[in-house]
Amino acid sequence: MRRWVDTLEAWLPKLVIAPTFLCCLVFVYGYILWTAVLSFTRSRMLPSYELAGLAQYQALFASERWWVALKNLALFGTFFTLIALAVGLALAILLDQKIRAESFIRSVYLYPMALSFIVTGTAWKWMLNPGLGLEKLMRDWGFAEFSFEWLVDPEMAIYTVVIAGVWQSSGFVMAFFLAGLRAIDPEIVKAAKVDGASMPTIYRRIIIPSLRPVFFSSLLILAHLAIKSFDLVVALTGGGPGFASDLPATFMYSFAFTRNQIGLGAASAMMMLMTVVAVFVPFLYSELRRGRRA
Amino acid sequence: MDSILKSCASSAVALGIAFTGAARAGEIEVLHWWTSGGEAKAAAELKKTLEAKGHTWKDFAVAGGGGENAMTVLKSRVVSGNAPSAAQIKGPSIQEWGAEGVLANINDVAKAGSWDKLLPPAVSGVMKYKGNYVAVPVNVHRVNWMWANPAVFKKAGAQIPKTWEEFDAAARKIQKAGFIAVAHGGQPWQDFTVFESVVLGVGGPAFYKKALVDLDQASLKSATMEEAFATLSTVRKYIDKGAPNRDWNLATAMVINGKAGMQFMGDWAKGEFTAAGKKPGTDYVCVPAPGTASGFTFNIDSFVMFTQKSADARKAQSDLAAAIMSPEFQEVFNLNKGSIPARLNMDLAKFDDCAKLSSRDFVATSKSGGLVPSIAHGMAVPAATAGAMQDVVTQFFNSSTTPKSAVARLAQAATTK
Repeated sequence: MRRWVDTLEAWLPKLVIAPTFLCCLVFVYGYILWTAVLSFTRSRMLPSYELAGLAQYQALFASERWWVALKNLALFGTFFTLIALAVGLALAILLDQKIRAESFIRSVYLYPMALSFIVTGTAWKWMLNPGLGLEKLMRDWGFAEFSFEWLVDPEMAIYTVVIAGVWQSSGFVMAFFLAGLRAIDPEIVKAAKVDGASMPTIYRRIIIPSLRPVFFSSLLILAHLAIKSFDLVVALTGGGPGFASDLPATFMYSFAFTRNQIGLGAASAMMMLMTVVAVFVPFLYSELRRGRRA
Repeated sequence: MDSILKSCASSAVALGIAFTGAARAGEIEVLHWWTSGGEAKAAAELKKTLEAKGHTWKDFAVAGGGGENAMTVLKSRVVSGNAPSAAQIKGPSIQEWGAEGVLANINDVAKAGSWDKLLPPAVSGVMKYKGNYVAVPVNVHRVNWMWANPAVFKKAGAQIPKTWEEFDAAARKIQKAGFIAVAHGGQPWQDFTVFESVVLGVGGPAFYKKALVDLDQASLKSATMEEAFATLSTVRKYIDKGAPNRDWNLATAMVINGKAGMQFMGDWAKGEFTAAGKKPGTDYVCVPAPGTASGFTFNIDSFVMFTQKSADARKAQSDLAAAIMSPEFQEVFNLNKGSIPARLNMDLAKFDDCAKLSSRDFVATSKSGGLVPSIAHGMAVPAATAGAMQDVVTQFFNSSTTPKSAVARLAQAATTK
């Protein structure tokens, strides 16, 4: 009896974990594998298993629209993560100055995160529309020359996505940094002050470097938001003007589901996965090793 | 005891009746995306008709995205071997589904209803896979319409244009008078819709058919196509800068409210005018897009029938097909949708002037050869090809590419398979 209980105790955690593990295995890794297989086939409207070698990848990289999507991802990813990090950090530092009504202000900055990207996108679409929003408002106020047409300019449309994305996410990053700032031992700051260091120096040399893990987590979250970004673009620009603000995710959706080119869609999905792997695996590896050594 | 026996017997009889009843009536499951206003009403009519025949109707409505979501659901159902009785599929996609070998042959129904006589060959050709009927047409939309606000034209002192040169002059006057000349929504499919009307107007139906249906390389690279692109950039001049990503019905509203002079859009736009309480002829005018009076770009919604396992389901499916082609349903549905019935020789007394004009032109162009499928609405070429060509057109529309390079790109895109 006693041995039976021991066995159960040893197996119970595994049993409890098993269904989740199985689901993950099938629905995440299984389908990644299936997508990989499809990307090597001639699948069009429905999946087929007639092999096509690398033809879909060749077609993908010959497609002008795919290059536009990649370029946009690079621009959007870089600006979105960097600006959101900078704004989040600045807000957190300012909020950390023991100000009045801090929790109220904190909530104000945090609430955009509670909205879905569709809502954010639609609201910004109205605000940035030259005929409805900001530009019209400024002109009605008498600034007849004021012009802000990024939303309808194919060259600049992707930056409006950055604006809306930063607006939505920087409050969340701020909360992250604020938690990090609160975790820093005030004694260290006091000691530095006694040594005669000024506040900017303390921030630059002590506080911000000690936020390194927070930078890492925020970067991870922001970067994956950027790569899988789909709804924001759909709501804000619809991928337009034309397909000027297409991202790989919207590219994949339109080819796989509306243009009956599942093979090509699968190839683009694999390229997205490869990008993530190429960026994150070395990064994760170095960070984790660093953590173990520390 | 006796009473118990009796009740047992009677319930057995009742059960038997129920069973035979079930055996005769089949279940119909119809995948569609008619979920808004008038369309939903029309779908309810169809349901009533079939329930009157004793079948059970299982609604399978998937809203959103012009049917994209519905198609995704349909694919997964067919892949898992559980296809619905019928689904809303149109154009060359019918051939793609036919090639998968999952469609039902409804020649018997077609023969009984003599569909070959009721439908123009250009329409019945779309409904057939390898010579057999597999689909039923519900309606005919005309895409090459121009919707104009006569009050705006009057204030600007402009005439409703009949050619693209007249368009340029009229649009300039309207713009000078302080209105937006062309109401447009800058979404790729809308850019493409304007483009096909321009091609039809500049090149005529025969050229349209060669270039955009047969994808003839020489026609695609011709000077006529270059002229079409040049005309498209003329149209672009008269569009306000708030257009990108505007929905088509908001553009229609600009014409309704007298902010804009005209819009190029299919006849589903009429529903917006009707809903706003406007009368055709006085409050708004419907005319073929400049230069396209002898042409008719059609967009036909149809129901495709999937192979069913049980005989009951097949019987129900035949009844469904017959009901969709019945004059009663075609009338009710099209009155609600703004389109015209797909079957010829129907009494159109209840329809408005725009629909009557559309119907007259439909009959006339089906004889003259001016009846051509709309490429922007998935009637002319497979989705992959149409998509690639749409990319070229929308990019031209939103950048400063020259017509010359656009023509070369379009010809290249037309080879996409």
